[in-house]
Amino acid sequence: MSKLAEKTATELKGLLHSGATSCVEIMQSVLAEIRARESDVHAFITVRDESEVLKDAAEVDARRQRGESVGALAGLPIALKDNICTLGLRTTAGSRMLEKYVPPYDATVVKRVRGADGIIIGKTNMDEFSMGSSTENSAYGPTRNPRDLSRVPGGTSGGSAAAVAANMAILALGSDTGGSIRQPASFCGVVGMKPTYGRVSRFGLIAYGSSLDQIGPIARSVEDAALLLSVISGHDANDSTSLNLPAITSEAPAQARKLRIGVPKEYFGEGLSGEVRGAIEASIAQMQREGHTLVDISLPHTKYAIPTYYLIACAEASANLARYDGVRYGHRVADPADLLDMYARSRETGLGEEVKRRIVLGTFTLSAGYSEAYYLRAQKVRTLIRRDFEQAFEQCDLIASPVAPTTAFKLGEKTSDPLAMYLGDIYSVTANLTGLPALSAPAGHAPDGLPVGIQFTARSADDAALFHSGHTLSQ
Amino acid sequence: MSDQFDVRYVAQLARLALSEDEVTKFQGQLGHILSYVEQLKEVDVTGVEPTAHAQQVTNVFRADASRPGLEHAAALANAPRAANGLIVVPKVIE
Repeated sequence: MSKLAEKTATELKGLLHSGATSCVEIMQSVLAEIRARESDVHAFITVRDESEVLKDAAEVDARRQRGESVGALAGLPIALKDNICTLGLRTTAGSRMLEKYVPPYDATVVKRVRGADGIIIGKTNMDEFSMGSSTENSAYGPTRNPRDLSRVPGGTSGGSAAAVAANMAILALGSDTGGSIRQPASFCGVVGMKPTYGRVSRFGLIAYGSSLDQIGPIARSVEDAALLLSVISGHDANDSTSLNLPAITSEAPAQARKLRIGVPKEYFGEGLSGEVRGAIEASIAQMQREGHTLVDISLPHTKYAIPTYYLIACAEASANLARYDGVRYGHRVADPADLLDMYARSRETGLGEEVKRRIVLGTFTLSAGYSEAYYLRAQKVRTLIRRDFEQAFEQCDLIASPVAPTTAFKLGEKTSDPLAMYLGDIYSVTANLTGLPALSAPAGHAPDGLPVGIQFTARSADDAALFHSGHTLSQ
Repeated sequence: MSDQFDVRYVAQLARLALSEDEVTKFQGQLGHILSYVEQLKEVDVTGVEPTAHAQQVTNVFRADASRPGLEHAAALANAPRAANGLIVVPKVIE
């Protein structure tokens, strides 16, 4: 009999409904895991007070006992990435710049989680301002992969993925700008999903690249991910890029759709490690046995995805992070000589190295005389990448690929060369550039025991197709 | 192109007071990254429209009617220095 903290949200909801367990018991089980493992894993920046969360859990139990309706998240413990604003609960974006920042409002997704009776257990660790691929860029120390503490959990939603993998939360929210949900999900052996751009409101998400960012679920099963996505999705008047899309159901499909699975030849070349290739190919073969059809496809502009992504993301970041000036909130240097000194030294001392690097790159590529050669050109290549996918989706319903070229690397292994770190995003940035929905699901393990994720990408707004594919592979 | 990249000047534009070590480090690393992104010049983008946003969206407006915003106290709560209900900053005008 596994511990309550190890079960999926779907299983726990069943046990709650039948009266076999209570929210308080589930919360106690999760708190015990946090006490046992958090000092090694360091998934959280802020954990809420034990007595507070138990009180929240007891309140949901009481309502259930009185026969009152309880929301879809049923009083379960949820972890939130620390770039999602929570009213009255410190939100740092993994940075010293916001070390003491307490948001005066809830992000829209937080309102929805609370409205569905999810209980926020804490705020998870992340690369500062979502810039990184390993959670090593956090100003609060790295998170360690629960499967192997000498390795990274991935990033930038490394804390959320580690919390779910280590049973320190039942569900989590992350954010994904270039793969930041999917890659840590792959490295930690859990499910992570980036919705169609515009499906989930970005109101209250601390912005990195506004045309790329999306909030999405991290969970132990595809069904759980669909549940959390259905809670947080929906048009929001506070986010002018938010779309009106038909709702995602969290119900298991009556009949799994038989799909055409596109396999892009450019994704299986050099640079893909043998152990990842093996696990992906085995999963794809499995899908074929289950009745899906494999189709060879080509995405000719694949090699340009990383430079396109980094030019656009850094340019947008340089604009989005201009607000951290020491004026209204965040870190301000003591005794500034004048206004300019206040801006320059507050930003210098509050922001970490990778953040400053990307701001400088982004500022340069937007500056007079250079924006056409760099930023505008990247936006045009972005159009060509989008067209590659549109053409591919004429021949298939889902695209299958690796999530990352390797399994989880060792802490410190890639920190000295920024470009080497960037190149690991090769398979994940295209979903952000194109706005398409994409999911990472566990696809077994490498020979050394490390988890490997398989990625599926679907047509715009066809997020449901991702959940169908994942059902085939679920344990 | 990357020869013309002056870290000090760009840092000034971005209001970042980089240390000498950072300037040297970034000059090297960003020069290297800019060389890497030069490969985008290989792509034929004749007649291609830029994509600013993944979805084809247009500007969204609401009615020009005032609505309550943040409470004053809430808006001030995170200010590094505040006095008399205002945020205090160094002198702006000489």
